[in-house]
Amino acid sequence: MDKKSMKGWLYLLPAILFLGLFMVYPLIDVLIYSFEEGYNFASQTHFGIGWNNYSYVLRDPYFLQAVKNTFILVIFTVPVSTGIALLISVALSSIKRLRELFQTIYFLPYVTNTLAVGLVFMILFKKTPYTDGLANLIISWFGGSAIDFIGGPYWAKMFVLCFYTVWVVMPFKILVLTSALSSVNEEYYKAARVDGTSKLRVFTKITLPMISPMMFYLIITGFIGAFKAYSDAVALFGTDLNAAEMNTIVGYVYDMLYGNSGGYPSYASAAAIILFVIVLTITCINLLVSRKHVHY
Amino acid sequence: MEKKVDYLKLEKSVNTRRRVTKALVYALLVFWGVLVLFPFYWMILTSLKSYSAYNGEFVPKLFTLSPTLQNYLDAFTAVPLARYFLNTLLFTVGTTALMLVVTVLAAFAFARLDFRGKNIAFTLFLSLMMIPSELVIITNYVTITNLDMRNTFQGLILPSVTSVFYIYLLKENFAQIPDQLYYAAKVDGTSDLKYLLKVLVPICKPTVVTITILKVIECWNSYVWPRLITDEQAYYLVSNGIQEIRESGFGRENIPAMMAAVVVISVPLIILFLVFRKKIMEGVARGGTKG
Amino acid sequence: MKVVLQNLTKKFPARGKHVKDEVVAVNDFSFEIPNGKLVGLLGPSGCGKSTALNLLCGLLKPTSGRIYFGEDDVTDLPAENRGVGMVFQNYALYPHLTVMQNIVFPLENLKGKDKLSKEEMQKKAYQVAKLVQIDELMERKPGELSGGQQQRVAIARALVKMPRILLMDEPLSNLDARLRLQTREEIRRIQRETGITTVFVTHDQEEAMSISDVIVVMKAGVVQQTGRPQEVYDDPANLFVAKFLGTPPINVFQGKIREGRLCIGQDVLWKVKGIADQEVYVGIRPEGFVPDEEGTLCCRLHGVEVMGRDISLVSSHEAAQESQVRAIINAESKVDVAAEFVRFSLKPGKVFVFGRDTEERIYYELDQ
Repeated sequence: MDKKSMKGWLYLLPAILFLGLFMVYPLIDVLIYSFEEGYNFASQTHFGIGWNNYSYVLRDPYFLQAVKNTFILVIFTVPVSTGIALLISVALSSIKRLRELFQTIYFLPYVTNTLAVGLVFMILFKKTPYTDGLANLIISWFGGSAIDFIGGPYWAKMFVLCFYTVWVVMPFKILVLTSALSSVNEEYYKAARVDGTSKLRVFTKITLPMISPMMFYLIITGFIGAFKAYSDAVALFGTDLNAAEMNTIVGYVYDMLYGNSGGYPSYASAAAIILFVIVLTITCINLLVSRKHVHY
Repeated sequence: MEKKVDYLKLEKSVNTRRRVTKALVYALLVFWGVLVLFPFYWMILTSLKSYSAYNGEFVPKLFTLSPTLQNYLDAFTAVPLARYFLNTLLFTVGTTALMLVVTVLAAFAFARLDFRGKNIAFTLFLSLMMIPSELVIITNYVTITNLDMRNTFQGLILPSVTSVFYIYLLKENFAQIPDQLYYAAKVDGTSDLKYLLKVLVPICKPTVVTITILKVIECWNSYVWPRLITDEQAYYLVSNGIQEIRESGFGRENIPAMMAAVVVISVPLIILFLVFRKKIMEGVARGGTKG
Repeated sequence: MKVVLQNLTKKFPARGKHVKDEVVAVNDFSFEIPNGKLVGLLGPSGCGKSTALNLLCGLLKPTSGRIYFGEDDVTDLPAENRGVGMVFQNYALYPHLTVMQNIVFPLENLKGKDKLSKEEMQKKAYQVAKLVQIDELMERKPGELSGGQQQRVAIARALVKMPRILLMDEPLSNLDARLRLQTREEIRRIQRETGITTVFVTHDQEEAMSISDVIVVMKAGVVQQTGRPQEVYDDPANLFVAKFLGTPPINVFQGKIREGRLCIGQDVLWKVKGIADQEVYVGIRPEGFVPDEEGTLCCRLHGVEVMGRDISLVSSHEAAQESQVRAIINAESKVDVAAEFVRFSLKPGKVFVFGRDTEERIYYELDQ
């Protein structure tokens, strides 16, 4: 190899070392783990190769619960958060006064610690012997009876999880959509006005098509992000998510790896790969749909 | 004459509609603003209520007339919050600094140097962007455990350093700087490294600052990896600390003290955000992802 | 449609806190646009011509003054209800829609009794596309068209709803030089064929002069002069108009009136009647110079540029405002290019006198 090439690779060396050790090697390794049956963490031995880990995981009720939770979370939060973000961004773009202030406020959740603010949500929704919590206070104004959102019925817990997830992902979506909206040339809107186009038609025929690439970007990253949900759930329901029936797929992976029920990297690997396959499939479907509907 | 009346009416209805829309728009924006700010308000408010006052309110009060700072004292004395803080700071600084070195060197190689296999290497790099961290964390956990680096800063920092995306972002920026600058520096006998540090990095400072800030935010809020790799309080970061406080600190029910800890943890990033507001928002719009 | 602008004023609020900083973009603009004419609004950038156009189309509201379309007072009517067609500087073609979809877009906005069937819309779109000669391109997207073609689509879109007036903002500024010549003839032809009252804005005097029926010259929000292009060129109301129209530009000299004589430096041009002694500016159009050994104006000769049919003589004069005095003369004229000085006699109709302070035109009679 000539000197010039040596130099190039030398500059790359640190990146290659880090990536190789902590990304490429693990990637291969995780596949191997997922097929090694009966892996023993202490002795680092196994007694067979096969699909056993996958079939164990797929039959594990905790995993199925986690899959169910994750899918409900994805199906609810992605459309809701994208829709509300679009609504707010359009509203934000239509005003001048106080716009910067609103933008700043809306972005705040992005820079806060998910675990920390999750704790606040928990006390807002939790019902204890001492207090029903603020959420229940509001419910009681409308004549409802108190519910424990954190330790109560499944739907209530799911609602809080979805609500918190939407709250957490909103800043990013609002930011991306407002900058997409502001990059639409003002002349298009003026032209539409001169032609007497109604507001609704301007929105559906001009604004939406123009920002459609960004919308799809948000939907795809939204799907991926929601499938990987974990720390939001931990923040609300604590680390023992299986007991709370609120585990997610990622949470299942970690629980298999570490903690009270941990020590099974093979099962964790199989679950992680199943997650990866699900995310990949959904992303591919998304991309195929966007081909048809995105206009550039 | 008939026509004129028509116009007047038209104009009036247009004006009314405009006013109504505007009111609705502001109502929506204020509503969302309240929804965003309320948890922050609530955490500050609760952190200022005394333990007995908080537990005495069956119906939570929306304000307090007797604020106390006792909870903040508790937060620092009853649990090692300062320790968590220091750990997080060390972790953040170490990770970010290493990330910068690795990223700048790699971005320079891809953007400016010619070497054999560059295109293939770059394609491979890009394809790594699609790998979710959840997939590799399992082996990393095993690796770090086997290297006996659990509960060490090396174990915390090393696997968190690389960010393919930041290399990509910086490479794109480096590539925009005209070739002439590089050749001019070459003619003057400047070495590649000196050109990189004295010319390229200063010119691309906005991007460098952006990725630094994004990485700092990422580090400050990281939870999963530290949780896997540390089980001694002496190495807890703030996220793990808060979880620990939640599960066993203060005796479970001291919520005001918990909130004080939450406020203390949240403040540094909020200050960072308010100072670098424009930069952070630009950077995130250009490619940060979360959720 | 006759369009009347009455004492139109547009002020923009100050950016700072001081009320004094407010910008008067259009100041007391009164003008009557005759039915079916092509009008060019002309001026340097920042003169308020685009603001005037936006007031006409309704995207801006005037601070004071009224606008009438025919008998209707449309001053307070928003753009969407005025029924104007507008061609934007960057065309504003919707990139995700085909040419056809772009053209029918305004028709699809019609409601109630004006609503058209799909076939009618398509028929109208084809008619107007034929008029601007883009009927072959209907299924393309704007990104696949050249600049000139995009321009035509934009005009078609503005025309398809049969607007009461057609407005164009710098219609030629995004085209290259060759296309510009061709397109301005197109605009002229389309306007003639449709007979729609048309107002366009430009900073290029040649463009405005070549196709307009009437030009309006603006400066700093104030109308300087209106009239047929040739009239304005031949009879400028002030120094600004004289300088702004014509290529190469008019040559301006510092001159004076002394005892009934019009002088530039030491050279006495001719005797004049009816003006008092004063300091003045003298503007001489490049085509107003005739090389003549007995001529009254003496310039230092620097060079000759042959431009085919004409010759451009480059010289200088100590009283001239610019370092060069440019004269366009017939190629057959005999000029000694090696000489150090050249003398000109002047065509009276090409020599204008302006007050030194007011820069307003001063009319005079020759005293033979």
